[in-house]
Amino acid sequence: MHAVEQPLRAGALARFQDAFAQALFAPPAAPRDEVAALAAQPAFAVYRNTVLKGCIDALVANYPAVVRLTGEDWLREAAAIYAREAPPATPMLLEYGSDFAAFLARFAPAAELPYLPDVARLDRLWTQAHTAPSEDAVEPAAVARLAPEALASAVLHPHAAARWAWFDSGPIYSIWSRNRAIAPSQAALEWKPEGALLVRPHDAVEWLALDEGGCALLDACAEGRTLGDAAGAALAAQPDLDLRSLMSALLDAGAFGRLSLQHQATSCKESI
Amino acid sequence: MSLTTRPSAGLGLKPEFYDAALACSAKGVWFEVHPENYMVAGGPRLGWLEAIRARHPIALHGVALSLAADAEPDAAHLARLASLARRIEPALVSEHLAWSNWRGAYLPDLLPFPRTDAALARIVDNVCRTQDALGRRIAIENPAHYLALAGHQWDEVDFLAELARRSGCGLLLDVNNVHVGACNLAYSAEAYVDAFPGAHVMEVHLAGHTRDPKLGDALLIDSHDAPVAEPVWALYERLIARIGPRPTLIERDGNLPAFAALMAERDRAEGVLCAPLGKAA
Repeated sequence: MHAVEQPLRAGALARFQDAFAQALFAPPAAPRDEVAALAAQPAFAVYRNTVLKGCIDALVANYPAVVRLTGEDWLREAAAIYAREAPPATPMLLEYGSDFAAFLARFAPAAELPYLPDVARLDRLWTQAHTAPSEDAVEPAAVARLAPEALASAVLHPHAAARWAWFDSGPIYSIWSRNRAIAPSQAALEWKPEGALLVRPHDAVEWLALDEGGCALLDACAEGRTLGDAAGAALAAQPDLDLRSLMSALLDAGAFGRLSLQHQATSCKESI
Repeated sequence: MSLTTRPSAGLGLKPEFYDAALACSAKGVWFEVHPENYMVAGGPRLGWLEAIRARHPIALHGVALSLAADAEPDAAHLARLASLARRIEPALVSEHLAWSNWRGAYLPDLLPFPRTDAALARIVDNVCRTQDALGRRIAIENPAHYLALAGHQWDEVDFLAELARRSGCGLLLDVNNVHVGACNLAYSAEAYVDAFPGAHVMEVHLAGHTRDPKLGDALLIDSHDAPVAEPVWALYERLIARIGPRPTLIERDGNLPAFAALMAERDRAEGVLCAPLGKAA
């Protein structure tokens, strides 16, 4: 004999919460019976407004360059549509809107600003850099004192807070950085592909332009490939790359968090 | 450092005031934050909180455990809260008698529910799970009310007292919420404050409210964007005269004035806590 399982039945509290949550995002006339009388009270709007405002405020805070480009009123309207489609999944609202760039890419009213989704991607990378674990950056001197063979077989791991991206679509880094700056550059914008590197070697997030080869090098480093391999990947992506000045810029920026020396390779060589 | 040795007044901590909070040397001052804003792996926010914690007591005031949802608290969220509490060693941890997470969505508000026997049993269980995970007693706050809900089996003060009795939790009395709810739902704020079980009160909150732009005085909103109103100060003095001094927080989240203006409100609360009437009660 075995126990007969009772079918799960939602309790009254769960049914109330199902109906209430549905009514928060539904058009005013639509709430289900359980909360129709509640939703009809003018005060129900306090909850509707607070929930929606919480979502919109979070998106406005998380996408400052997008706000500068579109104006806050426009973004609040777009954010309201996004929030009804995708309310936050967690209370850590810094994480809210991780796919907001993809939403903007398919949001028809944003079509006249085709660079907007990529600018949103950089805003997202900024938040990731801002909240990443702290880590000491590899000192340029630690790399400078390595012999060339040791350097080629070493692995430089990107810093926990480093984020980078290459944009074929246009000068996304210039557009983004001008819209994050307090006193943006007034120079004419040259319409060409650009990459960006965001780092947080100390307290604050910092950023700089990064070549296609630099992005390829960091991609290879993130895969745990040796610096020799990574340099090969960088040159394949950008044959005219000045590897020496790239490495110097990355190390000065604090783009690496850990240096692993390949002791095995070294000892092999020593035993010859 | 304990807030209960000599109950004193504190201030909600906003990023705009990190410098001022760090430098603040007011006697007995402490700060309170929403832990959800500090659940990050690293970075300057956490750095600021740890720096301020090194000088002042910190209280963690959660808004997202969703204890009144008909579901267990999210295990990952509870683990993050426990981890932050180990790191910050807060003087106090509190949460709300409300729900905000439902079926995988976070609804950024403190939502109401009918106070039934079943809801009480669920919340007692959720509070116990939270206290077990944190290894400490937490305080549960009375929410602001806007809606006349049908189906209450319990008066709110009785519900909170029974919750405290069954779970061993403490209570956080938000005096502005009492005032707002009393105005919106036409009950006596004085009677509510007088009936509140003083022995369980671990913390008191004071905040400002606004009138609904359309309905005016008929609908007050717990907006935290204005100074504490005079009727709320009067209720607060009445409470402290009856139950004695308790750690008291000035909450301000929007329309931020200068730090000194908030400290002036905080000092006024400190004055009430130090008044002979409060000590004698």
